[in-house]
Amino acid sequence: MDHQMNDNILDVKDLKMYFPVTRGLLRKKIADVKAVDGVNFKLKRGETLGLVGESGCGKTTIGRCILRLYQPTAGQIFFDGEDILSCSEEKIRETRRKIAIIFQDPYSSLDPRQSAGSIVGEPLKIHNMVTSNSEYMDKVEKIFRIVGLDPSMKDRFPHQFSGGQRQRIGVARAQACEPSLIICDEPISALDVSIQAQVINLLEELQEGLEGLSYLFIAHDLSVVKHISNRVAVMYLGRIVEITDSQTLYKEPKHPYTKALLSAIPIADPFVEEGRERIILKGEVPSPLNPPSGCSFHPRCFMAIPECSRDVPPLRSIGDGHEVACIRV
Amino acid sequence: MAELLHVTNLETQFATESGLVKAVDGVSYHLDEQEIIGLVGESGCGKSVSQLSVLQLINAPGKIVGGEIMFEGRNLLEFGRHSPEMRSIRGAKIAMIFQEPMTSLNPVLTIGRQLTEMLELHMDMSRSVAKDWAIELLKTVGIPSAENRIDDYPHHFSGGMRQRVMIAMGLSCNPKILIADEPTTALDVTTQAQLLELMKEMVEKFNASLIIVTHNMGVVARYAQRIYIMYAGRIVESGTTKEIFRNPLHPYTIGLLKCIPRLDEEAGRKLVPIEGLPPNLINMPSTCAFLPRCSYKTEKCLHQSWPSLTHVGDQHYVGCHLDLGE
Repeated sequence: MDHQMNDNILDVKDLKMYFPVTRGLLRKKIADVKAVDGVNFKLKRGETLGLVGESGCGKTTIGRCILRLYQPTAGQIFFDGEDILSCSEEKIRETRRKIAIIFQDPYSSLDPRQSAGSIVGEPLKIHNMVTSNSEYMDKVEKIFRIVGLDPSMKDRFPHQFSGGQRQRIGVARAQACEPSLIICDEPISALDVSIQAQVINLLEELQEGLEGLSYLFIAHDLSVVKHISNRVAVMYLGRIVEITDSQTLYKEPKHPYTKALLSAIPIADPFVEEGRERIILKGEVPSPLNPPSGCSFHPRCFMAIPECSRDVPPLRSIGDGHEVACIRV
Repeated sequence: MAELLHVTNLETQFATESGLVKAVDGVSYHLDEQEIIGLVGESGCGKSVSQLSVLQLINAPGKIVGGEIMFEGRNLLEFGRHSPEMRSIRGAKIAMIFQEPMTSLNPVLTIGRQLTEMLELHMDMSRSVAKDWAIELLKTVGIPSAENRIDDYPHHFSGGMRQRVMIAMGLSCNPKILIADEPTTALDVTTQAQLLELMKEMVEKFNASLIIVTHNMGVVARYAQRIYIMYAGRIVESGTTKEIFRNPLHPYTIGLLKCIPRLDEEAGRKLVPIEGLPPNLINMPSTCAFLPRCSYKTEKCLHQSWPSLTHVGDQHYVGCHLDLGE
């Protein structure tokens, strides 16, 4: 593991996650859904990497593989230099202290029969982070303050909180064991517009306050992802099609899907909107059960040529950490 | 352009066990022919209820308690919910597209049946004529091989396709007004763009007007000519889209624009959230509903009742005690 000691907190290599499709009483396997099909990326310490794509593109699956909530079909995931896919259960438990997750839906991801304080404090007990009851109490109260909740509310139950406050509890729980990586899986899409900014700012403040905290920020809204991330990876049908820093992604998108995705998001400014080019894609995302041959985007692509349906284009570097998977670039 | 719909002081209330909810509390707006307007607000601000009230689709304990809805020279509120007049308007002259394409189609009827039902009812078409027309409509909204798909059930269609069917249904009787209530919220980003573009094309083609109900400031910036901003059951600001974005005057509008990330922003921009929560609409105080969250509030705001809309120039109206001009 010594050769891995560098500033990458996470290094995902050729990750594949296939879900079998079965039929009949004997559950005979008839096909695979290739939810994630050969994904490579690195995440630096203290960095935020955005993972963006439409539903079914495999972005959530990647997050779950990193937590080893799924056992990937193939590939390697190095966390802090250690391959977490091949290590023991016990070791995984230890690693999970350092990797936390914030879920999309603050309504269903909190146990309705557990008090807010106990939700936040449970990880501390599981990972033996506290030795006495008073230390536990202090710590829970401290975490409540960090995420902007009044510690006196710790005996309340989830239903007594608003959506935004619940997501703060979600953030508090993720932050409790002082992890070095937090996977944020659509953490704001269930919240009202005026509340979203509160949670985005909270996540940004947490990162500023904790040296070396990294985020893997998974979302479908490119404007939010661009705002919070240093780098962004765009996914389509189980593969990364483009990865670069967030400003370059907006200013010089290379992959046709990235261009279409950007143009699909309206900017809240009628004067800017007037002059924007609009790319309207044809059709819908194909089923991952039966993806198109070659580049899986080619049936919808406005730049496609016959060669596009032949081979899967590899992700290749076009300089300055900008990688694209398209033969037309 | 001639005025098509004029709503004045609409009030819709829900008598719940915990108190009276004034979901729509004196809302006035108008819509011109061939115009696209946006109604913007967060969940629970009454934007959907105000639109359902126009079609009198309010169920008990909800009740429309006041106001006037002028359409084609008649006040729609003079007609009962189940009156033949309302029935001839609802779905035919004023059609609505709902938020959830998954649940707004009947799962046990074929797509074709759901479309032809309307045509037979409102347009007096025979079954076979209606079927041909339904196929035409499905083609217009971009359903591939519509002839074969007309006998499919809703579960055979993806979310985006179902919403296309809803758009076809909305347009089937050549409506004057199409109300789209968060039409794309549950859908994927590229599908959203497809459908909004389709809706715009369709209302232009059918010479209809469109009311887009949304929480997304980007969508109205792209499509609407005028916008109404709603908060806690009232309209707090209205004007042409350009005017509202160039010179927002209500603290809530200003807050909304500052709290959303924009694609074209520079790196490192900090979002300014609107602190606090949208109010619970039960037993509201008489002061401005935005007061607890307002960062501009003054002594005056604490003592005076909720301000009504004042004219501040051209088509720009704002409901605020303060003068927040440039």
